[in-house]
Amino acid sequence: MRTGEYKLNLIREKTFLSHAVVKMVIDAPNVARKRKAGQFIVLMTDEKGERIPLTIVDSDKENGTITIIFQIVGKTTTCLSEMKEGESLYSVLGPLGQPTDIEQFGTVVCIGGGVGIGVVYPITKALKEAGNRVISIIGARTKDILILEDEMAQISDELLIATDDGSYGFHGFVSDVLQKLIDMGEKIDRVVAIGPVPMMRVVCDVTKQYNVKTIVSLNPIMVDATGMCGACRVSVGGCTKFACVDGPEFDGHEVDFDLLTSRLRMYYTQEKEAMENFRCECHD
Amino acid sequence: MTEAKKKKEKIPRQAMPEQDPEIRRSNFEEVPLGYTAETAMLEAKRCIQCKKPTCMNGCPVDVDIPGFIKLVAEGEYLEAARKIKETNSLPAVCGRVCPQESQCEATCVLGKKGDPVAIGRLERFVADYERKSGQILLPDVSPSTGKRVAVVGSGPAGLTVAGDLIKLGHAVTIFEGLHESGGVLVYGIPEFRLPKLIVAAEVGYLMKLGVTVVTDAVIGRVKTIDDLFAEGFDAIFLGVGAGAPVFMNIPGENLNGIYSANEYLTRSNLMKAYRFPEYDTPIAQGKNVGVIGGGNVTMDSARTALRLGADNVYVIYRRTEVEMPARVEEVHHAREEGVQFILLTNPVEYLGDENGRVKGVKCIRMELGEPDESGRRRPIPIKGSEFVIDVDMVVVAIGTNANPVIPNTTPGLKTNKWGYIVADEETGKTSRDGVYAGGDIVTGSATVILAAGAGKKAAKAIDEYLKSK
Repeated sequence: MRTGEYKLNLIREKTFLSHAVVKMVIDAPNVARKRKAGQFIVLMTDEKGERIPLTIVDSDKENGTITIIFQIVGKTTTCLSEMKEGESLYSVLGPLGQPTDIEQFGTVVCIGGGVGIGVVYPITKALKEAGNRVISIIGARTKDILILEDEMAQISDELLIATDDGSYGFHGFVSDVLQKLIDMGEKIDRVVAIGPVPMMRVVCDVTKQYNVKTIVSLNPIMVDATGMCGACRVSVGGCTKFACVDGPEFDGHEVDFDLLTSRLRMYYTQEKEAMENFRCECHD
Repeated sequence: MTEAKKKKEKIPRQAMPEQDPEIRRSNFEEVPLGYTAETAMLEAKRCIQCKKPTCMNGCPVDVDIPGFIKLVAEGEYLEAARKIKETNSLPAVCGRVCPQESQCEATCVLGKKGDPVAIGRLERFVADYERKSGQILLPDVSPSTGKRVAVVGSGPAGLTVAGDLIKLGHAVTIFEGLHESGGVLVYGIPEFRLPKLIVAAEVGYLMKLGVTVVTDAVIGRVKTIDDLFAEGFDAIFLGVGAGAPVFMNIPGENLNGIYSANEYLTRSNLMKAYRFPEYDTPIAQGKNVGVIGGGNVTMDSARTALRLGADNVYVIYRRTEVEMPARVEEVHHAREEGVQFILLTNPVEYLGDENGRVKGVKCIRMELGEPDESGRRRPIPIKGSEFVIDVDMVVVAIGTNANPVIPNTTPGLKTNKWGYIVADEETGKTSRDGVYAGGDIVTGSATVILAAGAGKKAAKAIDEYLKSK
């Protein structure tokens, strides 16, 4: 929340987890107080900035802080990554979205790909605390950009790692590791898979064959993120849903991933333009 | 008839100077330019100062219309502004967006035989005059009552409640969900109809009176209604608007390039996407744009699309122009600027290209049947009349629904079958003690001034409630 009188949204800590993934701890006591696993915030870096949604990775009620992890992909995330500790974000709104459905399901496999590991981390933690047996599978393109390995190891009964190029752990995709688990006779009650759209889709293709309920967290483009605009509409089980208020988590077997992929590319040209202009400004 | 009256009637209703349609269709500056002091005085002199003014019956916020107009006629413009502000906290806004033709001006006596006094234009003139003069006098505020009121939503209803209650000595905090205050006045109504500077000035005025504004605070998420009571607020007003967009649920509606009016206007107005890339938020720049609907929001969307560079903008509406809910002035402005109207036509399906982008809208022709429950003749599809309009962008502007976040998180708050909050028409009182509501979240989509009117009534009721406690 922002008022004219006092300064909030202060960046307490900034850490690069890899060259393109940043972790930030931000003062946001009202968000920290209410936040549950699976929820997100919308932030703006400055007055002319875009509103972007980011998952709340962790929160500290006592200190009134929240943690976010983001990948540098476009202008807004670049600007954000260049902000310094002690500076304040223009706007932080949250917690938004439905919290994750946390119950004791039995054995749960939590899968995170790329920066999605940051998103699956709080859910994994909550599922573990709820008494589930948690097997985590995390993956990245290559070893250097794999994040949160230690943190995930701490909250998982078993942690499996995959890299696309074989530089670390299993050589292949997280879905291949999941398939191996199933082939080895592991009885899985639920899967949570969060990462790039192709990853979530492939995981769902695997679990569909064995009828294992699979939860995915969707990241469509949002504007207000309070149910007002419908920018984030996704198709789930043939019905249109707003990811910001109905989600962001849905039954992966019901999600229309083609539509999601297509809608994520809506502003591809403008995003490129904004980034190019921004690079020019930087070099002036 | 007296001599004086005859003489007054000879002055014709003063025209509003406007930006030329050819020029304005490519800029976002305000369309009507406003009266000069001379024209305003001339127009004010047309008012015959009725002993029993009927114009006031048409005003939801009880502005002393003959009173302020008399002051304009005398050249006392600042006094006139203060006169309006006695009952209306938002004169610069209302002077621009009120449908005067169906309110005060509709009941003006002069309108019976000729043109009514241009009350709206005069209201706008005095409000602008005061703002530009910088001599904004703050009214007397009653001594502090020690009571605290939370106003949820900073649109016209919330701002009105805040203005009225702060003057009565209550402490007022407004909670706004977005990062900027003003509600629909900033995210919905475009710059060319309501410059954001004016909204900021009206909010600034309330802050000078002592109102606290907290942005980025979606009540229901950040805090619940019960949290607010626990924090020590004595009463709460809910003016959260009817924020959820309505789609038609027809095939292809999720193709890229199809927006809800809420999204399209929020991108352009609140996020200033019309100034991309100076501002970061992008917006599609359609060449052939279809805008579905027939209300003011439809016109706002159509005229925004023109300004963003469209070659053709089609308003696609299922009835005829007579049934359009949009103000006559808005339809007129849109047409002047080149918006094309395709009437008695309804979309049935959107067609996409290989990249998932909309490339056409399949429509069906309609005819009008018997009147429906709204009193308007019901549109009926004509079988086999389907045809395709080539479009590369669409804005669906067919209305809004209630946003469920507050009802869902407030035990005991009654809603009707459409999800709108049930509130007493005269007081705004809801089923929860100390909780009042008004504006679109009670009535469904309506106008700025009706929301302000509801705010006025609720403020009065809240004041009485607080005094009785």
